[in-house]
Amino acid sequence: MAGPRHGHDGRGTVTFQSPVRATVRVRFFARYAELLGRAEADVEVPMPATVHDVVRRVRDAFPGGAALPERPLAAVNLTHVRFDAPVRAGDEVALLPPMAGG
Amino acid sequence: MSASRLTRSAITLDPLLAEVAGDERGGTCVFVGTVRNGPDEAGVVAIEYSAYPEMAEAELERILAEAHAAHPGARAAACHRLGDIPVGDASVAVVAAAPHRDAAFAACRFVIEEIKRRLPVWKKERRVDGTTAWLDSSGRPVPADEVPR
Repeated sequence: MAGPRHGHDGRGTVTFQSPVRATVRVRFFARYAELLGRAEADVEVPMPATVHDVVRRVRDAFPGGAALPERPLAAVNLTHVRFDAPVRAGDEVALLPPMAGG
Repeated sequence: MSASRLTRSAITLDPLLAEVAGDERGGTCVFVGTVRNGPDEAGVVAIEYSAYPEMAEAELERILAEAHAAHPGARAAACHRLGDIPVGDASVAVVAAAPHRDAAFAACRFVIEEIKRRLPVWKKERRVDGTTAWLDSSGRPVPADEVPR
């Protein structure tokens, strides 16, 4: 990865920005938990990242991950989100099979 | 404030009815969904319901708040059961009360439809022959190679 970058924040202050990787907690439910053989995992992704990046990492890095859909339904911190929603360090990202309540 | 919206015990309607009751609300609508073993099912014994419980609680509160916003004067309450539920037992109940029946029916319908669309709950059918199958929201078995959207 590239080293630290620096720039201006528009107010005359020099800011330094290092390439950052962040860890999010990913939870799997129902059929997806069966496919992966686990209910949760800590996943590290380069920032900035989206749900899409997290899913791609899970599909690539975990046994059984490739069996997940490429674009599963997802939630971040208990709220349904779009697939391109941003994720931040410490977020809980849930991959949700199609809802079947009722 | 309501108790938990999720339960692992048999659903009882009285607490839900009490939650929505009010002198100004003259119509109350109740919907109860039960585990089914009809001609389209293959010998269902029970359905095992699982959930993302923290989110299901939060999402159900959001759905109820939306029902109240969409139907001023109406109050709605709901409860979803989780775990192994035998055929004939209730898996979900929704009650809605409003000054008049139109709003009570509409609020009740809104809540159950949004539960089916948005609540992170899943069901796995257990059959007489010992086999199991994940079900979609309509109660049909999910093909093993299903890819949503």
